[in-house]
Amino acid sequence: MKQHVVSVLALLSTGLLFQATPADAEGWDFAGYVAAETRLFINDPAYSNQRDDRVSPSLVIEPELVYESNNRQYRFTLVPFARWDAHDEERQHADLREANLLYIKDNLDVLAGIGKVFWGVTESRHLVDIINQTDSVEDIDGEDKLGQPMLRLNVINDWGTVSAFVLPGFRERTFPAHDARLRGALVIDTDNPVYESSDGQSHIDYAVRYAHTLGQWDLGLSYFDGTSREPRLIPTIKNSQILLVPHYDQINQLGLDAQYTGEATLWKLELISRHGQGRRFVAGVGGLEYTLYGVLNSKADLGLIFEYQYDDRNPSEAPATAADDDFFLGTRLTLNDISDTTFLAGVIIDRHTHSTFYSVEAAYRISNNWKIELEGRFTGGVDENDILYGIRDDDFITLRLAYFI
Amino acid sequence: MQSNSLVLALLVLICSPAFAESAEEKGLKIAQEVEFRDSGWKDATVTLKMILQNKQGEESTRLLRLKFLEVDGDGDKSLTIFDSPRDVSGTAFLSFSHALTPDDQWLYLPALKRTKRIASANKSGPFMGSQFAYEDLSSFEVAKYKYKYIKDEEVDGTPCFVVENYPNYEHSGYTRQQVWVDKSRYIPIKIEFYDRKNDLLKTLAFKKYKQYLNKYWRAHEQLMINHQNGKSTLLVLDDFQFQTGLKDSDFQKANLKRLR
Repeated sequence: MKQHVVSVLALLSTGLLFQATPADAEGWDFAGYVAAETRLFINDPAYSNQRDDRVSPSLVIEPELVYESNNRQYRFTLVPFARWDAHDEERQHADLREANLLYIKDNLDVLAGIGKVFWGVTESRHLVDIINQTDSVEDIDGEDKLGQPMLRLNVINDWGTVSAFVLPGFRERTFPAHDARLRGALVIDTDNPVYESSDGQSHIDYAVRYAHTLGQWDLGLSYFDGTSREPRLIPTIKNSQILLVPHYDQINQLGLDAQYTGEATLWKLELISRHGQGRRFVAGVGGLEYTLYGVLNSKADLGLIFEYQYDDRNPSEAPATAADDDFFLGTRLTLNDISDTTFLAGVIIDRHTHSTFYSVEAAYRISNNWKIELEGRFTGGVDENDILYGIRDDDFITLRLAYFI
Repeated sequence: MQSNSLVLALLVLICSPAFAESAEEKGLKIAQEVEFRDSGWKDATVTLKMILQNKQGEESTRLLRLKFLEVDGDGDKSLTIFDSPRDVSGTAFLSFSHALTPDDQWLYLPALKRTKRIASANKSGPFMGSQFAYEDLSSFEVAKYKYKYIKDEEVDGTPCFVVENYPNYEHSGYTRQQVWVDKSRYIPIKIEFYDRKNDLLKTLAFKKYKQYLNKYWRAHEQLMINHQNGKSTLLVLDDFQFQTGLKDSDFQKANLKRLR
């Protein structure tokens, strides 16, 4: 791990030689950010073998180096990432978010290397998005992703865009260290994952996607065949200790995402049907986002978000999920000011256990290069059968100051 | 009495010259000429510096690159790529503007690799925290307004028609705009924007016009002053290029992900 961090530093120092240039110029372009952040934990940890530091600082760096050829047909992108963390040795990690060559020719493009892809439309859960593994030590909202080795072909047609993926090389999900906050009730045995496929991490996965816009509708249809990004965590006794061993199954998954864009309302739906983890199951998340423009005679916009999450997986056969029958209520305030000030607050409520999960985010630009962000993640009244139970005392606020290069 | 006024009305009708036109007709003709003289440029690119200034004179700068595709009989298509502030660099905004219905808009967020279709009924909302609303930046289409010619008036020595534009779009932020149109070149020199209460809200001045392709006039500076909040935004446009070979397919949603 340390070696990775050092090599990322070396990469960055070479990168700093390049001045930030307007991105339309052929040649090199340098961007990215460095950030100092700290997590503030509200309570003492629930388990005695967890570190009890209330203040947990870390440093993040994510430079971005792009080279574009003269004819603009070739583009090389390198985005290394590294985090130094004071208390969680698993959160202290480095990754290549992107390292790829993109070839563009008219309506066709081919990407080879490590890349990142996002599919989907909803806010509270990303069901359809399956190409990249979740980097869950970064945040518990599932928005951060690890770089995925891929060969991708995109063909843009009048009747829609077809994308085909060959995905060699599986990335394991990241988990907090055995003594870290947010690790849950039981320690995850991250060093000894179990794969259903005898090819293990070198199993080659495939995916295809079709996406199209028809008037007010934006539609996507996708199919994935390969190693599940979501592991089943199986309690196993090792050295007279119960550990959770990640099991990565072979699955195939059909996904649909759709958005209807009205004047002030976005209607959103994501549906999946997955085979390979017990009986075939379906899951869905759908709802709407309604925006009040210029609320209270100001320049600000207030968005109201409602989504319903459903999942009929069998938790004894498939990876457990909290989002089985839950409501999400959220609000987004955009001040439309010079600092692009935004607030996002949401709550997910389980219909049966009434366990709640609160999330708040705020961002404020200080100047052309500096930005300050605040994030909070809190649980409330968590039922002991809910998977959030293990992190019930790990409510935290993250404060981040970032310098964009 | 009644018959007298009827006779008078008839007399007025008969005596009016056949080519006389109402103020509305004259306003429409001016708008049609403005649109006609600015059609046929096909596509264009430009770099844009936005200098935002608050009441205290503090400044903040944004750098953008824009690509335009002319669309016959509808609003133009545009692509905006953000270079600064640096936290939004690489963000791309695709818009198909329409005269009477909400625009179609997509926003590409490079950090998440996510393309979001956004609701766009709010054409009156501010663009990037500036004093320009989205509707101020979209292409001029005759169908967007009803017109009324007011008078002739000089602006800094340039003879102008003064025309009032009344937005047809129901969610417009304005009751009317008063436009000073250069009588010889048929280009806007100044626009006053009146808010929904019909109070003067903003004044836009077009400066440093240059002609391209021996036909199309482009202002290299546009200064928007908001009279109600004391803030202003200066647009400095540079490096205009026309007929660069951009195609409709360059303005597809799927293309946002591979832009730079």
